[in-house]
Amino acid sequence: MIVFEKPKALADVKLHYCPGCTHGIIHRLVAEAIDELGIEGRTIGVAPVGCSVFAYNYFNCDMVQAAHGRAPAVATGVKRADPNNIVFTYQGDGDLAAIGTAETVHSAARGENITVIFVNNAIYGMTGGQMAPTTLPGQVTQTSPYGRQVESVGYPVKVCELLSNVTGAAYLERVSVNDVKNVKNAARAIKKAFRYQLEGKGFSLIEVLSTCPTNWGLTPDKALKWLEENMMPYYPLGVYKDKYAEEAGK
Amino acid sequence: MADKVLMKGNEALAEAAIMAGCRHYFGYPITPQTEVAAYLAKRMPQIGGTFLQAESEVAAINMVIGVASAGKRVMTSSSSPGISLKSEGISYLAGCDLPALIVNVQRGGPGLGGIQPSQSDYFQATRGAGHGDFRMLVLAPASVQEMASLVFKGFDLADKYRMTTMILADGTMGQMMEPVSLDMGEVKAYEKPWAVTGTKGERTHNIVNSLSLLPEELEQWNIRRYEMYKQIEETEAMHEEFMTEDADIVVVAFGVAARVARNAIVAAREKGIKAGMIRPITLWPFPKKVLFEKAKTAKAFISVELNMGQMIEDVELSIRCSRPVYLCSRTGGMIPTPEQVLQSIEKAAKENGGDKE
Amino acid sequence: MKQVNILISGFGGQGVLFTGKVLAYEGLLENREVTWLPSYGPEMRGGTASCSVIISDTPIGSPLVPNPDVLIAMNLPSLDKFEDAVAPGGMIFYDSSLIDREVKRADVKAFGIPATKIAGEEGMATLANMIIMGKMLKETDMFPQEAIEKTIQKVVSAKRQNLIELNKKAISLGYEL
Repeated sequence: MIVFEKPKALADVKLHYCPGCTHGIIHRLVAEAIDELGIEGRTIGVAPVGCSVFAYNYFNCDMVQAAHGRAPAVATGVKRADPNNIVFTYQGDGDLAAIGTAETVHSAARGENITVIFVNNAIYGMTGGQMAPTTLPGQVTQTSPYGRQVESVGYPVKVCELLSNVTGAAYLERVSVNDVKNVKNAARAIKKAFRYQLEGKGFSLIEVLSTCPTNWGLTPDKALKWLEENMMPYYPLGVYKDKYAEEAGK
Repeated sequence: MADKVLMKGNEALAEAAIMAGCRHYFGYPITPQTEVAAYLAKRMPQIGGTFLQAESEVAAINMVIGVASAGKRVMTSSSSPGISLKSEGISYLAGCDLPALIVNVQRGGPGLGGIQPSQSDYFQATRGAGHGDFRMLVLAPASVQEMASLVFKGFDLADKYRMTTMILADGTMGQMMEPVSLDMGEVKAYEKPWAVTGTKGERTHNIVNSLSLLPEELEQWNIRRYEMYKQIEETEAMHEEFMTEDADIVVVAFGVAARVARNAIVAAREKGIKAGMIRPITLWPFPKKVLFEKAKTAKAFISVELNMGQMIEDVELSIRCSRPVYLCSRTGGMIPTPEQVLQSIEKAAKENGGDKE
Repeated sequence: MKQVNILISGFGGQGVLFTGKVLAYEGLLENREVTWLPSYGPEMRGGTASCSVIISDTPIGSPLVPNPDVLIAMNLPSLDKFEDAVAPGGMIFYDSSLIDREVKRADVKAFGIPATKIAGEEGMATLANMIIMGKMLKETDMFPQEAIEKTIQKVVSAKRQNLIELNKKAISLGYEL
């Protein structure tokens, strides 16, 4: 009896992510959602620039590789070309909340019927650990060697909170993959975001708090603990907006 | 001429795009090309197409990438400063081998520059439209009719070679009205098995991508593309000749400059100077061979441009500097007068023995 | 008529571009070569707008009209700006109810038409442009009146069909001057 297998939407190739990195889990959750909804044949993913740049090799659905920060704009084009397609972007914090802020905010404002998976690990991973828009106050990175000084570089961008004021956004939730319970909850949220798209409900963004053991300079185990103790208080988990739940509740 | 209508260049271009099967347009307002957006904002919803005003030129070109990836005909338009913003996306289009049509209704630069007609994006269009080794097909309309027909042609070339086509127009071509026939003929359909249309569970996944971290592989991608470019240079260069058969002085000009030069050539002929004109219709590929052949009999060339002298480099390269090449130009939004071009022709004729019958 | 270069200039809102469009359209219907080129930019909002129209029997080179054979000046800034540019032997038609000076050039034919005043009296305040155009057509013999009246029907937008008769009347008032 098979009790555990790879999701069909996930390609049978070796991922390049560092040991202990939670990208692998998040990839799996996206693939599971695609499998469970039976949409692989009409799903098109958009990969960003950042650690997940090679995501186009990891999913079995059609994939486009976008320029840094532009994934939501590319996804807009793909979706408009054929609205029957299910389109998702998979983006990191630098990609989505720094260089791609305009594309993020405006695709949400348009209520673009796409699903955005936002992986927040508070650092630029691929380029070797520089300060991200979501790097915590005081957090040491290659470009904040004395810790993030909020007096000079300002405060982290809280994406779900920011977008919760955008009328066009349908569903925003922040989840984490630091333990089994939270992974299960993240799976539910990601699947719901895809389901919303299937139902034509508009823009969804799931922010997933994630680890970067390599650039945080921690073991995978300690990285999970660091996420729980430092990121989760600063970036509270929960639903920031669910237009349809709100409407149903009225 | 009952089939002709009076239309603005920008509007004729937009209608021709629709006739070419383009159902997706993304843009951002900028003078002097805004009529393209305004026209399509009205037309696209009537025919079930997409008109979307993006949050920026950057977003617009990336939306173009999305539609092109999905295998559909798509267009964006802008003017000089906006094209600079699009240059990142143009490079990605090239790197991903995606067909798309981009319109640049040029205005004076650099920087914010002005809004009057210019041809000062010649280098940008023919040399450096973005980072990396690549070329872009560049078509230069010189009439409202060509604003339409070259868009039609441009979409075809883009699909044929999986390349970006740029329509390099100027404010005059965009704003001017002339009689135009919109009888464009048949749209040729191209198979796009590479497009991301969903696997439907029937094939392995398609990937639209410009990334390779293996230099050996990336080199091969570039070499393959340049082999195709070489073939395009052989077969796709377009030009028009005016009174060149016996010409001593050959004017080279495109777009509105060619229109002005035409007046000057007629005037020069009346004065007994054998002047003629080669008008490049494709700026890349540049009609090199025609110029090279003409240099065997012509005495001198004049490059007439609305910039500080950009195409003149291609004229010199084409004729391998075998004849003197003069520059006759205005810049910053100014347009040379026929008198100015005539003076250049007279000077070139005098200095190169072309002033006597 | 081999080639006529026309320049029409006035305030934005005086129907400068429309006047040019009527002439260009008439040229098209007569199987002539035509170009119509507007000035563009912020000056269109309340400032001076102009438009160049060329009608020719042979293919037109430059669509620009630096030296018009015919100038229609609807306001003083337009006359000030373009009077000197008119080709020797050319014609200037100007709205004398808005321009309180004479044409200085002696080598051109000048026609002052109190078009805005007439338009006001006739209850067609926005049609001074058509009155001047009527006069210009008569003096230049560019196009027959009946032809222009037919063309008007095609150029006036569908939403404003009620204005066709008024436009025709304005043109004939110009012819009668």
